[in-house]
Amino acid sequence: MTEERYEFTAGAKKKIFILGAVGIVLLIIGVFMAKSGGHAEEAGHALNTIEETSLLASADENTIVSNSEEAHGEEGEHHESAPWLKRIFSNLWINNVYFTGLAIIGLFFITIQYASQAGWSAGMKRIPLAMASYLPLAGIIMLVSWFAVKADVFHWTHSTLYAEGTDTFDKIINGKAGLWYWPLAKGSFPIFYVARMVIFFGLWYWFFKLIKDHMLAEDLEGGFDHWKKARSLSAIFLVIFAVTSSVSAWDWVMSVDPHWFSTMFGWYMFASWWVNGLAFITIVVVMLKQKGYLKVVNSNHLHDIGKFIFGFSIFWAYIWFSQFLLIYYANIPEEVVYFIERISSSNYAWIFYTNIILNFVLPFLLLMTRDAKRHMSILMVVCPIIIVGHWVDFYLMITPGVMKTDGAFGLIEIGMFMVFLALFIYVMLHNLTKSLLVAKNHPMLEESLHHHI
Amino acid sequence: MESGKNFVLGIYNDEDVLLEAVTKVRESGVKIHEVYSPFPVHGLEDALGYKRTRLPIAAFMFGLLGTSLALTMQTWMLGVDWPMIIGGKNFISLPPFIPVTFELTVLLSALGMVATFMIVSDLKPYKKPRMFDIRSTDDKHVMAVDLGSNNLSKAEIGKVLNESGASEVNDKNFD
Repeated sequence: MTEERYEFTAGAKKKIFILGAVGIVLLIIGVFMAKSGGHAEEAGHALNTIEETSLLASADENTIVSNSEEAHGEEGEHHESAPWLKRIFSNLWINNVYFTGLAIIGLFFITIQYASQAGWSAGMKRIPLAMASYLPLAGIIMLVSWFAVKADVFHWTHSTLYAEGTDTFDKIINGKAGLWYWPLAKGSFPIFYVARMVIFFGLWYWFFKLIKDHMLAEDLEGGFDHWKKARSLSAIFLVIFAVTSSVSAWDWVMSVDPHWFSTMFGWYMFASWWVNGLAFITIVVVMLKQKGYLKVVNSNHLHDIGKFIFGFSIFWAYIWFSQFLLIYYANIPEEVVYFIERISSSNYAWIFYTNIILNFVLPFLLLMTRDAKRHMSILMVVCPIIIVGHWVDFYLMITPGVMKTDGAFGLIEIGMFMVFLALFIYVMLHNLTKSLLVAKNHPMLEESLHHHI
Repeated sequence: MESGKNFVLGIYNDEDVLLEAVTKVRESGVKIHEVYSPFPVHGLEDALGYKRTRLPIAAFMFGLLGTSLALTMQTWMLGVDWPMIIGGKNFISLPPFIPVTFELTVLLSALGMVATFMIVSDLKPYKKPRMFDIRSTDDKHVMAVDLGSNNLSKAEIGKVLNESGASEVNDKNFD
């Protein structure tokens, strides 16, 4: 079998630069548009929705606390940023979480294949590996941007919330403060939170490095030992990932709405990350195949990964619906406020329903037949839908919590996503050139070649 | 000659020989009724030229039936026949209907698929199975050729089977 290497051509680089440049231009235009118009409109919205919220939620002590969030910001030590800047911060955070997800799912996919001793995927493992090489950059960008966006995105970072006896004191957030500030005093530096972020990225990168080294050493030395060691490491990583993915969901996304909580949230974010990562892997595999690479991958392998995407689109819908139904049915004010913010606001309602159509209805109907999963053309329709759909999903998790009723969808959102996407694709393809495109000594490559379903 | 009654059986010892034989026999213009094997032989369906099953379409249709049945049932029960206030929700509200709808969709899809499969494959309780050669449950592969649906004579078919590598060629007649 010939050694196959990916060549990162100048043409491909140019396309990625154009993607990023167009993104930056759209972002700048979007900022100017947001700065010049729409202020009067925003104020009207804010009033309406607060009234609606208090109508639906009972006049409970806790609810009043959760609705008075806007008041805190202005009185706090941090100056509230202008709406357009908040919108940029919000987008920055969405893309941070989204692309960190793509990277870590790359590693998760590989470890799942090792732990389950799967043979079918042996020929395409280098693509998720290249995706995971974005991890260190994702960690750095996330850590740096956290300090930039924290005052606007993370309401709980305002120290005035923890001053007992004052107007700004927030009983609920104060009760949760240990999750972020332990062992330091509440309202000081959130050492526990930042340490977790650093440790999670550190652990993920460490396991990525260990497993990657075994995968690459296998190319040179062959044999069964590297596969066995990678499998053991994968099993350990999966246990770690079970915990870290949940906690990172609480830290990075759920704490944007600090009064609110959902016990489904860890799973919800994982489901979103996972199906999104699978769709991205598929797109890269199909595009490489269209360029004439990856001859070892045929429609049987695409069928398998297509089933993965089909199944986990349903899984995402199941998790999403389970979270929604319980909150809807119980109708507890401090829980239900999350969905009221999203459904009763005209800014988010259409996005809320679009989310379900893009991530469940379309993949479910389009990928149902066997032929759909085996044909590259249909996968290239469904996977981009999922990629966009899960960005929308993260938008809905984060933006209403940050912007309240001022949230919008426009050029800023599209531009920022394109910039991050260009960066991610560049890092991924750059790392794809560093090793063989197909692991030539993988002990299950032969099995993969004969894979037939 | 009436079809489904008189058969010529080719007995094969090895699945690789069988796979080649199936292709050879089909190429020489003999229609194969069915091949019986003690274990699944990879690629046999392709060699026999079987079309893919349309069972998934039946499953989808039964699933749709389940979805519409569940939604109609709940709307009628809780919205028309006996409206009840539950948790202050509307009488007809979609979210609480979803779990029941999901379950009935899966149930009807599964049961409908099983029923369709049994009808199409002519399986029913107390059906007496047709055993061409008992050794096909042990260590032999049995290729059955229906004389009724072939224009060739018994001797000609026997010759084709022999040449394709069959270890024995037998007759089998059902009343």
